[in-house]
Amino acid sequence: MTTTSLASLASEPLFGLPLPEIWFGLLFFILAMFLFLDGFDFGAGALFAIRDDEHEREQLLAAVGPFWDGNEVWLVVFGGAMFAAFPAVYAEVFTRYYLLMFAILGALIVRGLAPEMYEQREDERWQRWWGRAFVFGSVVAPFLLGLFVGNWMLGTSSIVTLPGVVVGLVVVALTIVDGVAFVRLKTRGSLRTELRPHGQWAVVAYLALVVITLGYVYAAYPTLREKLLSPLVLGLVVTSVVLGGIYVVATRQDRFYTAFVAGGGLVFALVAVVARLMYPTIEPGTGLTVGDAIVSTLPLNVMTIGASILLPLIFLYFAVLYSSFSGPIEAGEGY
Amino acid sequence: MLDPVIASRLQFAVTTIVHIIFPVMSMGLAPFLIYFTWKEIRTGKPIYEQLRRFWTRIFAISFVVGTVTGIVLEFEFGTNFGVFSTSAGELFGGPLAFEGMMAFMLEATFLGVFVFGRERVSDALFFVSSVAVGVGTWLSAVWILIANSWMQTPRGYELVTENGDQVVRLVDPMAAYFNPRFFWMYVHMQNSALESVALFMAGVGAYYVFRHHVWGYQVENVGFWETTLKIALVALIITAPLQVIHGDFYARHVFETQPQKFAAMEAVWETESYVPEYIVAFPTSVQDLLDPRAKEIFGIGIPGGASWLASGGDPQATIQGLEEFEGPQPPVAIVFWAFRMMVGLGFWFIVLAFWGGYRWWRGELFQDDLLHKALMASSLLGIVAVHLGWITTEVGRQPWIIQDVMKTSEGVSTGLTGAEATATLVGFVVVYTGLLVLYTYVVVRIIRAGPPAGSDLAVIDGEQPQAPPAEVSVDDDD
Repeated sequence: MTTTSLASLASEPLFGLPLPEIWFGLLFFILAMFLFLDGFDFGAGALFAIRDDEHEREQLLAAVGPFWDGNEVWLVVFGGAMFAAFPAVYAEVFTRYYLLMFAILGALIVRGLAPEMYEQREDERWQRWWGRAFVFGSVVAPFLLGLFVGNWMLGTSSIVTLPGVVVGLVVVALTIVDGVAFVRLKTRGSLRTELRPHGQWAVVAYLALVVITLGYVYAAYPTLREKLLSPLVLGLVVTSVVLGGIYVVATRQDRFYTAFVAGGGLVFALVAVVARLMYPTIEPGTGLTVGDAIVSTLPLNVMTIGASILLPLIFLYFAVLYSSFSGPIEAGEGY
Repeated sequence: MLDPVIASRLQFAVTTIVHIIFPVMSMGLAPFLIYFTWKEIRTGKPIYEQLRRFWTRIFAISFVVGTVTGIVLEFEFGTNFGVFSTSAGELFGGPLAFEGMMAFMLEATFLGVFVFGRERVSDALFFVSSVAVGVGTWLSAVWILIANSWMQTPRGYELVTENGDQVVRLVDPMAAYFNPRFFWMYVHMQNSALESVALFMAGVGAYYVFRHHVWGYQVENVGFWETTLKIALVALIITAPLQVIHGDFYARHVFETQPQKFAAMEAVWETESYVPEYIVAFPTSVQDLLDPRAKEIFGIGIPGGASWLASGGDPQATIQGLEEFEGPQPPVAIVFWAFRMMVGLGFWFIVLAFWGGYRWWRGELFQDDLLHKALMASSLLGIVAVHLGWITTEVGRQPWIIQDVMKTSEGVSTGLTGAEATATLVGFVVVYTGLLVLYTYVVVRIIRAGPPAGSDLAVIDGEQPQAPPAEVSVDDDD
């Protein structure tokens, strides 16, 4: 890199782009990717609780087996991107919700370990306990992540707050919506037929919880009312209702891909609502705005160049992974 | 309740010491897995499929535990070292983000293909996956060590004051990322991972070879273990001498760039020349054992050795003493002993490598019970040496979190209470001990079960007839 180009990288944003806003958007995009991809892993884990049949349980594990490592990396990338682009927010939010962050990490540890351990031994007691651990991690991790995002969005000072808890439940419901769609896509037989009603109930519960959350925010946070009633947020809510409808219809008609895509759409709509309610602040607790919190021009440009090369590559890896394991899993494909 | 600074430092120490085991296993195993996959595809010999499948199981569990323990480390910067994260985020956050996007993504996605895809994907894609996993693993270390080495020898930044706080601003990414320490750290770390895994493999192989050939038990698949032992020995013969050679350059580099750390490694208090290299050293009184300012040292030393080491050949060279540096000192006893034990182990591994090589050359590799015992006893010592090396590096640079820029005590989150930090410290000690026990249990089970008997290939797709599973049979006696 020549000195002149380095100097220009240090003095102005790449191509004059609004980089703080782009990174704000990118951060929430990464969060949405994580919630979507690891979301159906969590959902599959939650469904593990209601399926007793050994063969079905093996199928649930086999369905997510090749994917969950890659899916969870989106969380690592989320942390890294936040640290790199908005270090002040990273430090502030993580320190404020200190114990919550550790609870999330604990749940993720249990979630990550359980399926691997479950498969290590055949004996019943071992599998019963690791099965429980798998369910526990799969439900608690998304709940706490929802609690975290809800608190962060509203800038609460304590960890356990009513809106935060409701957002936690919203996220759990959403993971079950996605989990059902994914498992039905990836399996045949009893799982495919018997999970249908669970997906429908989950989507109804999800939409109801979203409405409760938004109603609560409207009542308790007058400063957010204007944003709530903005065409964008209202449009996203309407879109979510439509997607929920598509999900239900597609689930009834066994159009697995359509249901899966609609479930994914719900995740992106939800995250977009959260982002819109925050913007232009990125840390509502201290009122720090996107422009205040962003790193200086040079590292931001370096990161932007890096991300614009690497993100397409990442999509390529995921395309290879998901196409290698496309279609329902077959007998004998184990974890 | 502990002080939040102490609790945060202890917590980081506990979580890193446990975490580092798993990346060492994955980084060290990755090239072996690429080799086994390559040979399996090229030769079609069942032994390579067995080797690939057996060591992939250990790789996979190491990767999972490494992931869950590693996410914790990433988040700990924000939770416990918030001031550091805010002020050095421009320099430190970038490499972590690049690690996620460039390395971890590659590794995690292709690991899915590599672990689950043998029967689903073509040979070519399968081999590419093994390479992608390996490249991802090694690139992870690149970015993590860029971040760490920058804290040791910071370059390419300027200090500015923002809202009354000192903030590190990136001015030259190339200088910051490829700072002076990075190269030595990377070479030393990567080679140590290979060496650790070679030792581990050699120990495991030796165990079965010993049972079969020396004790006379009938061990199934003994050919598998013999091959494992041989491959591990080759790797050890290559890596062990290299580790000491670049370790020497690395030590010299520390002397030039972090003289305080070097003085702590040698426990040199007053500036002097012709400093001996102590092989063992003890303070003259017992109470001085815990007192880092203890000056009276009884020991056996090589005259001029430390000077020779620091300067690269001049036994008369002067070493700055610890007393010349203002402010607090690193805990000298820890650094001094960790460094010594690491170097001692490094030489022991060379002895093992040549001993094994000699016996092999004599055609007695499977007969020498003392060698087998030594290999078994040393199977985990590579990882211990890695721990000792990191303790030297990280404890030795105290009190600095960023050398000469920010003290560790200044980097801890301001809002953090002693109660919170202590609670999570206790939690992590419990959880990480549990993780370590579980990991050990699973790895021992995998080793006990031995290599897979054959491909448990399933019928993959009704429409597409697949080749029948390769028959795997291994000569039991050889």
